[in-house]
Amino acid sequence: MKNINHRQLSIVIFLTTIVVFSWPSSVLAHVESGQAGGFFSGLSHPVSGLDHVLAMIAVGLWGAQLGTPAMWLLPVAFPMMMAFGGMLGLMGIPVPGIEIGIAVSGVVLGALILVEKRMSLFAAILIVAFFAIFHGHAHGTELEAGQNAMLYSLGFVLCTGTLHGIGIGIGLVHRWEFGRLALRGAGSLVMAGGLYFLWGALA
Amino acid sequence: MKRAGTIATVLGLVLTAPSVALAHLVNSGLGPFYDGALHLLLSPGDLLGLLAASLLAGLCGARAGRLTIIVLPAAWFLSGLVGLNLIGTLELPWLSVISFVILGVMVALDPKFHPVAVASMAGMFGIIHGMLNGSALAAIGAGPMSLFGIAATVLITGLLISAFVVSLRAAWTRIAVRVAGSWVAAIGILMFGWMMRGAG
Repeated sequence: MKNINHRQLSIVIFLTTIVVFSWPSSVLAHVESGQAGGFFSGLSHPVSGLDHVLAMIAVGLWGAQLGTPAMWLLPVAFPMMMAFGGMLGLMGIPVPGIEIGIAVSGVVLGALILVEKRMSLFAAILIVAFFAIFHGHAHGTELEAGQNAMLYSLGFVLCTGTLHGIGIGIGLVHRWEFGRLALRGAGSLVMAGGLYFLWGALA
Repeated sequence: MKRAGTIATVLGLVLTAPSVALAHLVNSGLGPFYDGALHLLLSPGDLLGLLAASLLAGLCGARAGRLTIIVLPAAWFLSGLVGLNLIGTLELPWLSVISFVILGVMVALDPKFHPVAVASMAGMFGIIHGMLNGSALAAIGAGPMSLFGIAATVLITGLLISAFVVSLRAAWTRIAVRVAGSWVAAIGILMFGWMMRGAG
């Protein structure tokens, strides 16, 4: 097949842009605030609590430290189990020690990064999936009145995934010697944060 | 090459030329078509399932992709026609969510399905959502043209996504697709919870 050269590609992109921008579309005087608000409150919710942020990033850091396939499979397992935890919360099924579980997730994940613990993929997924339930139960259920549940869930999952991505991005320094040390240092920070939240949960 | 550039510039100028803006596309008859097209693009439930079906088709190879982009819009349109003629509005949010959770889980697990199996699953999804769309359109007095707009958008979106996934070569990109599938499934699982609570 004949390859498309750079110039032809530029023309295609130019034409597509023109068509897209000249495409007739509806102009709405009133944005549906509940709909849009649902998405943005879902998107901002995971970053509103440092405990949640620490654990999400730690999952990415640990995955990067373990290398492939864990680097990619942990962020596949986490959102699904987090959503399961959220579903339990929404159905009114209690999970004991939610706040303690969230804090311990920071401690355990931080410690695993600190000691650069290697384990089987199955065990790593199991650990991450277990803690994801606590995070989902606590954070996935806080929809404000009048907002769209689907868009809230979409924003919530997208933000959580992005935090994993940030963790993976930072964790890629693992390929260098100084990066390995820096990553272990980051693990100690996550662990310290987890201990702080654990102290608060137990007090 | 020079001629192509000239044609592109002329086309660009023609398309961006100022013209009368009509709020209602009654004269052109394209209003319902755009309504349908936009309806799909503004419906996260439909879009998520379409995304998952297209990702799955792309993961399973070019043949699965080709079959899916034929079966999915056709099923969507034909079952939509049935939905248009139903008495009463179908309210089956559970079915809609279940369908995209299953597709999302499939993408996350990345099983090796036969192309016909992938197209069949996409077709089932198309039947469910087409029927729901048709029923909803009938309730607001819309007709087959809106449904055609939906089916056209399904075709174009599905084609772009599945072709993109088929073209991916690096191993990590395939896993990124699986991550996207897990997100679709996660959103669906959360939606079950919301529906149980009565907020869905």
